[in-house]
Amino acid sequence: MSSEKKQAELIKEISGVNPLKCMKCGKCSASCPSYNEMDIKPHQFVSYVINEDIESLVNSESLWKCLSCFACVERCPRDVKPGKLIDAARQIVVRQKGQDYLLADEIPELLDPELPQQLLVSAFRRYRR
Amino acid sequence: MKYSYYPGCTLRTKAKDLDAYARASAKALGLELEEITDWQCCGGVYPLGTDEIATKLSCVRALNAAKEKEQALVTMCSACHHVMKRVNDDMKNVEDIRTRANNYMELDEPYAGETEVLHFLEVLRDKVGFEELKKKVTNPLTGKKIGAYYGCLLLRPSKLLAFDDPENPKIIEDFIRAIGAEPVIYPYRNECCGGYISLKEKEMSKNMCEKIMESAEGFGAEMLITACPLCLYNLNKSTGASLPVVYFTEILAEALGVKEEVQK
Repeated sequence: MSSEKKQAELIKEISGVNPLKCMKCGKCSASCPSYNEMDIKPHQFVSYVINEDIESLVNSESLWKCLSCFACVERCPRDVKPGKLIDAARQIVVRQKGQDYLLADEIPELLDPELPQQLLVSAFRRYRR
Repeated sequence: MKYSYYPGCTLRTKAKDLDAYARASAKALGLELEEITDWQCCGGVYPLGTDEIATKLSCVRALNAAKEKEQALVTMCSACHHVMKRVNDDMKNVEDIRTRANNYMELDEPYAGETEVLHFLEVLRDKVGFEELKKKVTNPLTGKKIGAYYGCLLLRPSKLLAFDDPENPKIIEDFIRAIGAEPVIYPYRNECCGGYISLKEKEMSKNMCEKIMESAEGFGAEMLITACPLCLYNLNKSTGASLPVVYFTEILAEALGVKEEVQK
């Protein structure tokens, strides 16, 4: 099995998503509040996994633009859950050594007096293992 | 009625108001909130990977503590509620997670999702009843035009959270009516504020919050209420409108006549 194929299988396993269920209606991308900021759009994620182009996926800026707001998950008429697919691709990155997207050393300059703890714990959970 | 209460990390620090007004309101309504001992942070966001176990254990501990007391588990914060309800669903319906979590925890009796998880708004709607709440209001907020800001975490995914209609929710509007004020329904009330994106991408969150605030103001809201400390923070960072954003428990305490006693 090629490493791209293995990674595609891993993404499917971590996310629990079957990308073949997608009928390409685009409702996920239409619902996504981060759509304009994403290089690979939510509905395209599904195709990248089907085509086993994981290299492009894991290097996509979109991994760090998803808000986990579940609008795509809620509105998908086929229950594909694109948000879970994006999270699995993010996990593949951050679970590797040295690939954390957020480092503790960065925190002091990101802080302000009102910033809630909830923001830090949420970001840490999404951006590092 | 006695409930187990899970405040969560932010209610101990930056969102002390959300907690203090909730406790005072609960007392005024004859509800007992018994804080779970030694609770741990829920992590803020639900771990989406199907192979995540360790990141869910703090919730399992809280859920099991409530089960042992035979009480429902009440949360105030939207995020805690979201994570707690979804982990509970895992423990109830996902055999692999349930087995592995229980193997690790070694509880006296395995936990299998028995605890009922309730957001305080659900307690008000389903246990107290908005009609009953209305009768206990001593200081109705008559004429005040209030916009409910739901955000994402309370509503989606609706099959699991079973909180309200995810596209046209009404629980907070009904709450606003119960305390004598007038709800303002505006289209962006269930749109995302940006959530954790505001740590590294402040502009993205600011743009989203400006749309929300402008939408609410355009429909005539004088203030917004929320149950989420992160929504409150993000909305307050926007410059699109000058609406005050407060916790729903603050106006509840005001309507029940206990707000001042909290502020002392």
